[in-house]
Amino acid sequence: MNADNRKGELAELKGQLRQLAGSRAPGVEDLKRELYKKVISYLTVGIDVSSLFSEMVMCSATSDLVLKKMCYLYVGNYARGYPELALLTINFLQKDCQDDDPMIRGLALRSLCSLRVKNLVEYLVGPLQRGLKDSNGYVRSVAAIGVLKLYHIAPSSCTDNDFPVTLKALLLHDSDPQVVANCLCSLLEILSIEGNVSEAALREKESLLHRNVILSLLNRFKEFSEWAQCLVLEVVSKYVPEDAQETHDMMDVLDDRLQHANSAVVLATIKVFLHLTMSMADVHQKVYERIKAPLLTLVSSGSAEQSYAVLSHLHLLVMRAPMLFASDYKHFYCRYSDPSYVKKLKLEMLTAVANESNTYEIVTELSEYAANVDVAIARESIRAVGKIALQQYDVNAIVDRLLQFLEMEKDYVTAETLVLVKDLLRKYPQWSHDCIAVVGNVSSKSVTEPKAKAALVWMLGEYAYDMSDAPYVLEGFVQSWAEEDFAEVRLELLTAVAKCFFKRPPETVQILGAALSFGFADANQDVHDRALLYYRLLQHSVEVAERVINPPKQAVSVFAGDQSSEIKDRIFDEFNSLAVVYRQPSYMFLDKDQRSPFAFSEDTGSSIIGPQSPGREDLPSDIDARDNDLLLSAHEKEDSRAVSNGSHGYSSSKFHTLQEFTDSAFAPRSPSPTQPIRNARATPLPPAAVSSTAASPLLAVDDLLGLGPSASAEPFPPLKLNPKPVLDPASFKRKWGQLTVALTLEYTFPAQAMVGLTGPQPLVRHMQTNSVQCMASGNAPLKFFFFAQLADAPANTGFFLVELVVTTSSGLASAKIKADDSSLAPAFADSLQSALSKFGSL
Amino acid sequence: MISQFFVLSLRGDNIVFRDYRGDVPKGSAEIFFRKVKFWQGEEGEEAPPVFKMDGVNYLHVKVGGLLFVATTRVNLSPALVLELLQRIARVTKDYLGILNEDSLRKNFVLVYELLDEMIDFGYPQTTSTEALKSFVFNEPVVIDAARLPSLGPAALFIQGSKRVPGTSVTKSVVANEPGGRKREEVFVDIIEKISVTFNAAGYILTSEIDGTIQMKSYLSGNPEIRVALNEDLSIGRNEYGGGFGGGVGMVILDDCNFHESVRLDDFETDHYLTLVPPDGEFPVMNYRMTQEFKPPFKVFPVIEEAGPFKAEIVLKVRADFPATVTANTVVLRVPLPKTTSRVSFEMEPGAVGQSTDFKEANKTIEWSCRKIVGGSEHTLRAKLTLTQERNANIKKEAGPISMSFTIPMFNASRLAVRYLQVVKKSKSYNPYRWVRYVTHSNSYVIRT
Repeated sequence: MNADNRKGELAELKGQLRQLAGSRAPGVEDLKRELYKKVISYLTVGIDVSSLFSEMVMCSATSDLVLKKMCYLYVGNYARGYPELALLTINFLQKDCQDDDPMIRGLALRSLCSLRVKNLVEYLVGPLQRGLKDSNGYVRSVAAIGVLKLYHIAPSSCTDNDFPVTLKALLLHDSDPQVVANCLCSLLEILSIEGNVSEAALREKESLLHRNVILSLLNRFKEFSEWAQCLVLEVVSKYVPEDAQETHDMMDVLDDRLQHANSAVVLATIKVFLHLTMSMADVHQKVYERIKAPLLTLVSSGSAEQSYAVLSHLHLLVMRAPMLFASDYKHFYCRYSDPSYVKKLKLEMLTAVANESNTYEIVTELSEYAANVDVAIARESIRAVGKIALQQYDVNAIVDRLLQFLEMEKDYVTAETLVLVKDLLRKYPQWSHDCIAVVGNVSSKSVTEPKAKAALVWMLGEYAYDMSDAPYVLEGFVQSWAEEDFAEVRLELLTAVAKCFFKRPPETVQILGAALSFGFADANQDVHDRALLYYRLLQHSVEVAERVINPPKQAVSVFAGDQSSEIKDRIFDEFNSLAVVYRQPSYMFLDKDQRSPFAFSEDTGSSIIGPQSPGREDLPSDIDARDNDLLLSAHEKEDSRAVSNGSHGYSSSKFHTLQEFTDSAFAPRSPSPTQPIRNARATPLPPAAVSSTAASPLLAVDDLLGLGPSASAEPFPPLKLNPKPVLDPASFKRKWGQLTVALTLEYTFPAQAMVGLTGPQPLVRHMQTNSVQCMASGNAPLKFFFFAQLADAPANTGFFLVELVVTTSSGLASAKIKADDSSLAPAFADSLQSALSKFGSL
Repeated sequence: MISQFFVLSLRGDNIVFRDYRGDVPKGSAEIFFRKVKFWQGEEGEEAPPVFKMDGVNYLHVKVGGLLFVATTRVNLSPALVLELLQRIARVTKDYLGILNEDSLRKNFVLVYELLDEMIDFGYPQTTSTEALKSFVFNEPVVIDAARLPSLGPAALFIQGSKRVPGTSVTKSVVANEPGGRKREEVFVDIIEKISVTFNAAGYILTSEIDGTIQMKSYLSGNPEIRVALNEDLSIGRNEYGGGFGGGVGMVILDDCNFHESVRLDDFETDHYLTLVPPDGEFPVMNYRMTQEFKPPFKVFPVIEEAGPFKAEIVLKVRADFPATVTANTVVLRVPLPKTTSRVSFEMEPGAVGQSTDFKEANKTIEWSCRKIVGGSEHTLRAKLTLTQERNANIKKEAGPISMSFTIPMFNASRLAVRYLQVVKKSKSYNPYRWVRYVTHSNSYVIRT
């Protein structure tokens, strides 16, 4: 339909509607229906039919429900853009809100709230108040969501009329489960947004996690629809039970949900189980065993899309407990009918569960896929074999398999395999003999993909001794320099030719000359520079050049690139959310203002010091909030979106941590250099007091510079710490909030240690080897939250919490230590200091 | 909460579009469709059901040749959204009888009525077909099933939509029968999808049955129903392919799950499922079984060289099920060496309802048999002409063979509905009760 035609049709529609508006002739409703349908179908495909607004409203004086509903739909679509016209509809909507039929009341109220027009809010409050008190559950449930809609149009008129209070009352006492569920989602959403500016709202939101609320929801759990059950479970997963008995009771109530056919209910239940048992290692393990069968059933019973969502979660669990699923590997074999996104996930599962006992079967199966007609899956399968080879000790059989791939003579198989063989050789140089014999047979003409070509060239250079025709193959590559489109290959070629030259000079010298001169003329800056560098080195001395270009290599033990365990833990905290599918914590992919309303304390801290409240940093009580901020935003720097979308908020929170750092760095400390341990002050001072008393920083630095780490005597018997303590971020924060600072400790890293401390990770790993775990860390300034636990301490006790701030310029580290048992704090401070002193000296 | 919901045809047309929150830009349907259609990945990949672009998360399912899509800006549970989309599709099907582009276009106003009640401001409300009845005032325009191109039952089992009825019951839950009154009936379908992989020597490598007991009720007054399953049923076998345990000859399920209307009071002891079936179609129980079973088809492929530029493939298929049962729409696919230029087929003498095809583009032969009677054997001979002289093993170049089929009134697991009882006081009440079995191939692969 072209534009003119469309205009004509709309004008015609307009005329027809106008004619019908006043008519009371029999059959007029049917005619109206047809016209309305036409209008709605235009609206659906995106044609602008707003010009019919007044006619549509004029026609809407009807008792025909079908017409009414179409009219509501139309009005809801255009009201926001045409507020004056929307005013025309208020009258009949308000009237309908008082209809005798509860369905009409509900429909009208919903449409009224959906207008999204600010200056009509005054007409909304009354009907909403009546709606919440309506005798009919349907109307009340519409009204409960209506409150949320009102909040989004005009927050103040929502809160000023005490709607949240009414919702809370309904949440606890309404007889209709859908009303309860709607109150819960409205309240969560309203209070999360309010929480950005109001502490009271935050507390109110936390109060939804109160035992009474949780129990009242759980007691009537089965009445809820499956979707409402998911909502309630999400809230319950944030609840911390009073004791182990309560945990068990809750799990008993929810256990049969694991047999639900709806995967959303099952995953929400699993989240509750996993979170409830976080600090009960043995029960936690049993939960894993319990959820295995239901998850596998969901993978095969639902649609491919549902399998995908469930498999993503299985993958997360498998990464945490590969052993547990090791015997179920056959479930992850690809099916002929699986779409590629499911097959890919299954291949990852197979990679993850492979261990000594099942590797042979898994690799055999993967080899079948390598010959698959589906090229993408064939490639992924080969990569999977490679990954398994890299993570195993006994790779003998796998290497044979890889070499067989090369014999298949399919270009893409050869390409993938070459890349893998290269990686394998870097990790297991001892296999060079077998591999090189086969790689030597690969025709360089059949290798076209840049990655594969680079791999082949690397091997030619690295193993020039073993491959008799290496110089000649390289010569072929050099001669076709001009046709090589990828700088990656040309760079590798320069290096390989140079390495070959050191090993077999007479055969290679001419090729090297040719390669260098091609390199000088290369348009790519890196290639040019590398050629020039090699040339100068060679000119200077061939021995020096060899030492630089081809030094003896050590086998690579671990390839970098895996996600940090901290990121993984964050994703685990967000079980049953998009974070699991994307394998990114939500802060990496969500806009700051779009965090889920279901998130609790994790994000409340950061939002308190959001852009709205720049003046708050003077309040001592906000120190905790700042800590929360770091716990949340440790990796926020990597999130470029956070910077671009909320740069104001971001810089202000950075200022906070800086401020806090100076607070503690300037804190007074013992002047005596002879008693190093005494600089751990045993007076538990509140944080505010610490920041109020400032001494000269220079003096302090001088003091500490005089102290070598070796000077630290150990007047306390060394503490035995639990090597693998478990503490979830929520409990950490609670403890941090409850406990006072037992000790502060100063330590200065020697310069050579600071070289290794370019980011938080090295120290995090180092402390882990000393039984001190990292909860969160930040980079500018370097700041860490650590925790440790006494060995043999009962669950949830015997914890030490540490906040450590390091100034990179001076190497000065200051720690605040809090402990469940503060009498042990000095001994722990001692261990901490000795652990710190070992950093960088390894 | 979700921001928008829309249904697109496979050509990308908006059939239904509903914006619930107004926080996602208007062009989202188009952006989504372009992304799905030109999914950037390696060869032959399709877009995953969940992805994100410019801060908007897109979740979709494919049902009945349509794309059901939701967008959101918050970190929702993907399982919840995908289940919800699937449910919306199912409820729509309950009302329209048939779910396809045509029926949706003819009934989009009714679909808006449903959507209004199923989702409010992005939060799921009620999705029960029954509860929604009182909110739907449009009469469905029912599409005549006979007018649909006759696809045969297998055609309904389009890839990606695993949960579909055994045979198409295409009645709307609200439309009246031509006679004016509703027929009292209830359908129970035991639908099994079987996956078997044979190795080159003909032995079974893996086998699994994924089953669903599906119900579709048109009973008035919501009577309670009792479904009695095998007496020799046991549940809970976790080790894949492990030993048989105690009960030889028993039906042993690895695991199962149930619809929320199902009461399991008598399940442990008497193997009854008791439920008050809601209106519409729903799975009563899903189950999974890795216990060994006899595969319905055995394929004996012979692949050999027949000269420097020639090869020959002989496929023999044996139907290992009773002669009273007939399999429908059996198709075997064999990928051939890439150098194949021509194929000539030789069918067995007197072959009826068979056809062969050489798909040049992906070098695959397809052999279709409209019907295969239990106990029978069929053979196909294919002569290949190759453009290159082969020296490597031709077996490595051809295969694996995959097979698809539908076998009505047959189930490999032997799980059975002993009886279906409508618990209702009136003696005269005797509704139609249909119990049907059907087995589909899910992944039936014979390696060469």
